[in-house]
Amino acid sequence: MSTELVITDLHVSVEDQPIIKGLNLSIKQGEIHALMGPNGSGKSTLANTLMGNPFYTIDSGEVTIGGVDILDLEPNERAKLGLFLAFQYPTAIPGVSMANFLRMAVSAVRSESSNGSDATELIPMREFRRELRAKMKQLGVDESFARRYLNDGFSGGEKKRAEVLQLAMLEPKIAILDETDSGLDIDAVRIVGESVNQLIGPNLGVLIITHYPRLLNYIRPQFIHILLDGRVVESGGWELAELLEEKGYDPIREAHGLTETVAEVEAEETLPSLRV
Amino acid sequence: MAEQEKPNETVDIGVSSEYKYGFHDDVKPVFKSRKGLDTEVINEMCDVKGEPDWMREYRLKAYEIFNQKPDLKWGGDLSGLDYDDIYYYVKASDRVERSWDDVPDDIKKTFDRLGIPEAERKFLAGVGAQYDSEVVYHNIEEELEKIGVIFVDTDTAIREYPDLVKEYFGTVIPSADNKLAALNSAVWSGGSFIYVPPGVKVDYPLQAYFRINSENMGQFERTLIIADEGAEVHYVEGCTAPTFSSESLHSAVVEIICKKGSRVRYTTIQNWANNVYNLVTKRATAYEDAHMEWIDGNLGSKLTMKYPSIYMMEPGAHGEILSIAFATKGQHQDAGGKVIHCAPNTSSRITSKSISKDGGRSSYRGELKVLNGAKGCKSNVECDALILDEDSRSDTYPVIQIDADDVNVGHEARVSKIGEEQLFYLMSRGLSEEEASTMIVNGFIEPLVKELPMEYAVEMNRLIQLQMEGSVG
Repeated sequence: MSTELVITDLHVSVEDQPIIKGLNLSIKQGEIHALMGPNGSGKSTLANTLMGNPFYTIDSGEVTIGGVDILDLEPNERAKLGLFLAFQYPTAIPGVSMANFLRMAVSAVRSESSNGSDATELIPMREFRRELRAKMKQLGVDESFARRYLNDGFSGGEKKRAEVLQLAMLEPKIAILDETDSGLDIDAVRIVGESVNQLIGPNLGVLIITHYPRLLNYIRPQFIHILLDGRVVESGGWELAELLEEKGYDPIREAHGLTETVAEVEAEETLPSLRV
Repeated sequence: MAEQEKPNETVDIGVSSEYKYGFHDDVKPVFKSRKGLDTEVINEMCDVKGEPDWMREYRLKAYEIFNQKPDLKWGGDLSGLDYDDIYYYVKASDRVERSWDDVPDDIKKTFDRLGIPEAERKFLAGVGAQYDSEVVYHNIEEELEKIGVIFVDTDTAIREYPDLVKEYFGTVIPSADNKLAALNSAVWSGGSFIYVPPGVKVDYPLQAYFRINSENMGQFERTLIIADEGAEVHYVEGCTAPTFSSESLHSAVVEIICKKGSRVRYTTIQNWANNVYNLVTKRATAYEDAHMEWIDGNLGSKLTMKYPSIYMMEPGAHGEILSIAFATKGQHQDAGGKVIHCAPNTSSRITSKSISKDGGRSSYRGELKVLNGAKGCKSNVECDALILDEDSRSDTYPVIQIDADDVNVGHEARVSKIGEEQLFYLMSRGLSEEEASTMIVNGFIEPLVKELPMEYAVEMNRLIQLQMEGSVG
């Protein structure tokens, strides 16, 4: 049975400032959606809220995965339900090798118990190694990656590829890619785009959150949504992306009686702590 | 839950019930001195041990010094330490064992729980394991004897190699060095004696397990290592202590002499029960082109005061001190390192990593001295502290004194907290909060753990995990 992520009338604020103001969106396994919006429209807030970042306050609304309400769940419990977030700014964990981290993470999301207090039983080393090697090969990631400390001293492109490798290993049902193309040159965008493409299939639903349509040249979504002022104001097919590419956000703003608000921009600027 | 079978012997001491190695086997000591210390107790100890007169005199002199020295007024809080309420000598077995088969069964059981026989099977050439004050199990591979390496407990060394012991004993740390060194000199028992002849390289670590197992018993082991010219040796010492009903004192003295061109590495991981005062004096002298390394991991105890030091005696000497401290509830780890550059063109590095959690306190206390005329010395001191919660504390007390020209000295100190973003990131990958914190802490100390022999790295990670358990409320 296909699992669905359903967001219903979601309201989120940061330090009493409303950012998401009644957002509705549904993503099924096997579907590819793109959520596009200018800086400050609430894209990263949505991504972080869905994953359970405690920095954000949920004022109202509901988010379910496979019918389970996740808003009261810890991030790890959401991960076990099959949710994944590819971070815009992945955090470095010095001293922890990619391989050790991934073995722990894979073991955790695959463990039967959803009881957070139970210690994770690690999957056998040989089995894990074989799988990791295969996935690295599939994604064209160098084997030395496994021995490096997680995101520590990684270039922008390496960090994003590390996120995609995690996506490949954790095999989530629904993956959110938060500005995965940001800060990358065109070659890096292509590499990351092609890597994600490798993983797409009937078991993976993807929500691509992006400012620019360029990643969408490599991962072609079936559904495009426009996020303005904390709400999805338009949903449609590929033609919406083309419209944006051609004319930008202004015609859509005008159509919905919106202007580029200072509040929107400030909202993004209040999150420096997430951008280490 | 083995303790429940013998309720009368298990005292609920109100300290950590999480202490994994806090079991207490019912070992009957062969000899136990009465509580407290005076010349009679010392004389009795000498009689039981059958020690030569010079050592008896040495002890009695040290006891005088101990009495004259004022109590320590710096470092940690020693107000709970009552010198009169301690057993200074306990002998668990009346002979030194060399074969595993000869070791008494209940002692074996304790070793089994600590994984000693396994350790021996896997990688040990020589195992010296200290059970209470006396070494009961000691196994040296024949090969070691063939190449002239001496690795025995220090009591045996007094009997079998008196001249060698007499030549070096107390030369690096004299009885008058500090009050605890004086106490150790008066009542020491056990510890390891190692002599590596010129040019001999021991290419596997020599190990000893230490373990306090008598209530109210002070453990005062005395270790002396001499690496002759061009010799190489790595000594590893791991300690776990069972939990006791009242304060317990561990006060060791470790002396190391690194002669010209030698290399010595001394690795310790200590995990004392959290009612133990762990007050240890460790010092090495490094002569021309010698290379000395202290690797020191401190977990557990109520208070640890330990600052491994290296005196750079001749040009070309190099010293390294790597220190890890983990302080949790009710614990104070006052640890660090000291380097004294007495000769020109010597170099040193001190790296300290400390973790404080659940109200624990870690202090880095360091001393770096470059004496007048010691030109061209290089030294780098780096201390990193990780604080896991608001209740915990970390302090840094570095002393740097440079009395020479043309010296290159660096000092760096960092304090950090576990970042919300790091936790969120790891948790978003399925790790529980506890697993995520543990992973961050293990990553923090990884630069030091990777210097440990494999089996100790594994033990270290397991100990960290144990310390982290139940840390998330």
